Amino acid sequence: MAAADVTTGETREPTITPQSTRSAVIVGGNRIPFARTGGAYVKSSNQDMLTAALEGLIARFGLQDERIGEVAAGAVLKHSRDFNLTREAVLGSALSPETPAYDLQQACATGLETVIGLSNKIKLGQIDSAIAGGVDSASDAPIAVSEGLREILLDLNRAKTPVQKLKIIGRIRPKDLAPDAPNTGEPRTGLSMGEHQALTTAQWKITREAQDELAFNSHRNLASAYERGFFDDLMTPYRGLSRDSNMRADTTLEKLASLKPVFGKNLGSEATMTAGNSTPLTDGASTVLLATEEWADAHALPKLATVLDGEAAAVDFVHGKDGLLMAPVFAVPRLLARHGLTLEDIDFFEIHEAFAGTVLSTLAAWEDEDFGRTRLGLDGALGKVDRAKLNVNGSSLAAGHPFAATGGRIVASLAKMLHEKGTVDGRPARGLISVCAAGGQGVVALLEAA
Amino acid sequence: MTDKYTQLVSHGLGKDVAKRLGLPQPVALRRYQPGAPLVTGPVLVNGDSAGADDVATALLGWGLDVRRNALPKEKLGAIILVLDAVQHPRDLAKPVLTAGTSLRDLAANARVVTISRTSGSARTPASAAARQGIDGLLRSLAKELRAGATANGILLDDDLATTSPSSLGALRFFLSGRSAYVDGQFLTVRSTSGMVPTDSEKPLAGKVAVVTGAARGIGAAIARTLHRDGATIVAVDIPAAGDHLAAVANEVRGTALQLDISRDDAGHRIIDHAVERHGRLDIVVHNAGITRDRLLANMDEGRWQSVIAVNIAAQLSINEALLASKHFKDAPRIVSVASTSGIAGNRGQTNYGASKGGVIGMVRSTAALMEPFGGTINAVAPGFIETEMTAKMPFAIREAARRLNSLKQGGQPQDVAEAISFLASDAAGGISGEVLRVCGQQLVGA
Repeated sequence: MAAADVTTGETREPTITPQSTRSAVIVGGNRIPFARTGGAYVKSSNQDMLTAALEGLIARFGLQDERIGEVAAGAVLKHSRDFNLTREAVLGSALSPETPAYDLQQACATGLETVIGLSNKIKLGQIDSAIAGGVDSASDAPIAVSEGLREILLDLNRAKTPVQKLKIIGRIRPKDLAPDAPNTGEPRTGLSMGEHQALTTAQWKITREAQDELAFNSHRNLASAYERGFFDDLMTPYRGLSRDSNMRADTTLEKLASLKPVFGKNLGSEATMTAGNSTPLTDGASTVLLATEEWADAHALPKLATVLDGEAAAVDFVHGKDGLLMAPVFAVPRLLARHGLTLEDIDFFEIHEAFAGTVLSTLAAWEDEDFGRTRLGLDGALGKVDRAKLNVNGSSLAAGHPFAATGGRIVASLAKMLHEKGTVDGRPARGLISVCAAGGQGVVALLEAA
Repeated sequence: MTDKYTQLVSHGLGKDVAKRLGLPQPVALRRYQPGAPLVTGPVLVNGDSAGADDVATALLGWGLDVRRNALPKEKLGAIILVLDAVQHPRDLAKPVLTAGTSLRDLAANARVVTISRTSGSARTPASAAARQGIDGLLRSLAKELRAGATANGILLDDDLATTSPSSLGALRFFLSGRSAYVDGQFLTVRSTSGMVPTDSEKPLAGKVAVVTGAARGIGAAIARTLHRDGATIVAVDIPAAGDHLAAVANEVRGTALQLDISRDDAGHRIIDHAVERHGRLDIVVHNAGITRDRLLANMDEGRWQSVIAVNIAAQLSINEALLASKHFKDAPRIVSVASTSGIAGNRGQTNYGASKGGVIGMVRSTAALMEPFGGTINAVAPGFIETEMTAKMPFAIREAARRLNSLKQGGQPQDVAEAISFLASDAAGGISGEVLRVCGQQLVGA
């Protein structure tokens, strides 16, 4: 192969242009409505839902038969048969079958990380177009056999004679037959995510009232976004659902206040986290179309926003140094510093509402002088987030949170908001995304109106 | 494509039994397929005017097997009765009776087409009588034809040649399988606008067409047919129908626009989408419609208002935006879906009838506004069409509705779509303000 190139005797111009001249723009997005687990999508697999979200995106932007540079998506709860989930979804869609794809997994940050990774490839000149996405089904979750039974079955597979096989089968005990269902417990602490957040919520002295108010605003903001048709070009209905089934447009602070706490009941302090101010398990999928400006122009497609940058962080929650979901607290200052920005330079904040307590603990940490000095290495507090700019069209408490699908939901919605806003004080509107994830991780990103 | 009864009586024992019992004997209609011949056999051109000679010459140019006199025992694909020069009802006898002697030689799914002049443009009472007489003659003859054969007429204003572009366009449409479920109807040609039809299998190539209500049923068929004929499709439907809409848009390689057409800005959203994504806008098909049936005595305001809002007010508002847009000036086309309920009425459908009658009024009035830039606006009025909606009707009512027409069967969504595709084509440029019924010559009502 190399010899053939030598014989031509031609030197080829590099096709990679300097990074500064290429930007990754968000053309638009599409998701299916999110459904509470056990609801409308109980019979839908991850592949079904991801394909449906892709098909809606293809129809919205006329991408039939298009060879996209690369598609990346993932799921947190994944069957082993779905080893090539994204590629299989591409093959089941109207895209060109010559579109490559890969799976990615970074817990709840999966969706946002696909956007950042693909944007980087676009900026580097490796690809001109990309689709980022994510999907999760807690309804159709994989169930594994117990570790004991798994070992026995593998031994059985290796046995050669009937006698050997019978002996191995004889090792099975009733306790081995209990299935091993996935849970949201952290492998290193054994605590569920809710119990972890309850520790953080208590540490930052976040009140029940503040959490309920955040949840109430999430539902109210999401409902009003639906009412004004905000999601008409961001969503395609699926299986009879045309709005997120978790949304309660008519919820009240009184109703939220009446719910019993479910996490942090044994901490000695008042338990404040309820089903109302925590996100429920949810099914759903989302996609985002990314491209160079040239590709978008050549395809006569809109340019909503630019993916400026992203940053990941992780915390040592195992030894209790920081809360499990507090990594974005560290990622955001690093990202802002890289661009010479402060919180006051941001026009929209999209802080994923894993729990109301997560968002409020994050804001509290940023407002804390001592934390700013000792942990963030600043002169004082990072700053205050203007609540009027926070999750203005609702977030996960109302919409639900199908783990890997949340990043795509936020990126597409924020891109549209930035596009509608246009400029602020003569500069493009800016948006900040923050997503916490299991394993003490967090991924954040900076977007700018295109 | 055909219903079970039609399949049963189309051949073998079922055919025999149906014939003996005098039961309706529908046949599988000849529907357009790309590449299929225009007609199934030789075409007999009756009439001795210069206009008749011109038509015969044009047909020869299309490569058809043309006869000016019938040969004994030869099966005919079509009879064209050119009556453009009749001055008195007495003049009808010779050409009509001559054609009559050939009717038994018509092949299955054959065509009879009359070409005559509008009675409104007649200069004498006798001339008007002769011309209007053709209306009654044609509609009666259509009811006499069998085996999927249809009879339709072309009406020309006084100064128009029988071979003016849209006269030939309408003739091609009536001869072809595109008009399978159009029977006993007239199309009036009022100007020399439009382009002479060609053999092209992509008559809408290069056009950008918006189809509302495209997620399912007749709308989806319109999107498929316009795409087949070469148009780029913008498929529009309400956001709640988005999943079906996406499937249709992906199938026809177009784009999906989730939009409630009763929104105030719907017209601008449609124009912007078409122009920004596809560079132009040539054709708008107002297909979206809803039914909220109740006897008027039981009708509430919500049912009444929602039907008016979606079925007619939205079309009026979108048309206003279209007429004001600089992007809708290159011989554009608007085609609305009306309904025979808007012509003949239907029990329980006062609101729907008002809205669809409204569509007809709108089309007639808007034609003059489209004329300055070579645009046209027309409506099609479907009769009983086999859709998911009509499949839900009670069996007995559905069966009655399905058989009570000259073709003894329901139409297919494609039949409506074919008529729309023709009216949207360049060949139909001389036809505007018309309502074409696609109803198999429904026996009840107008």
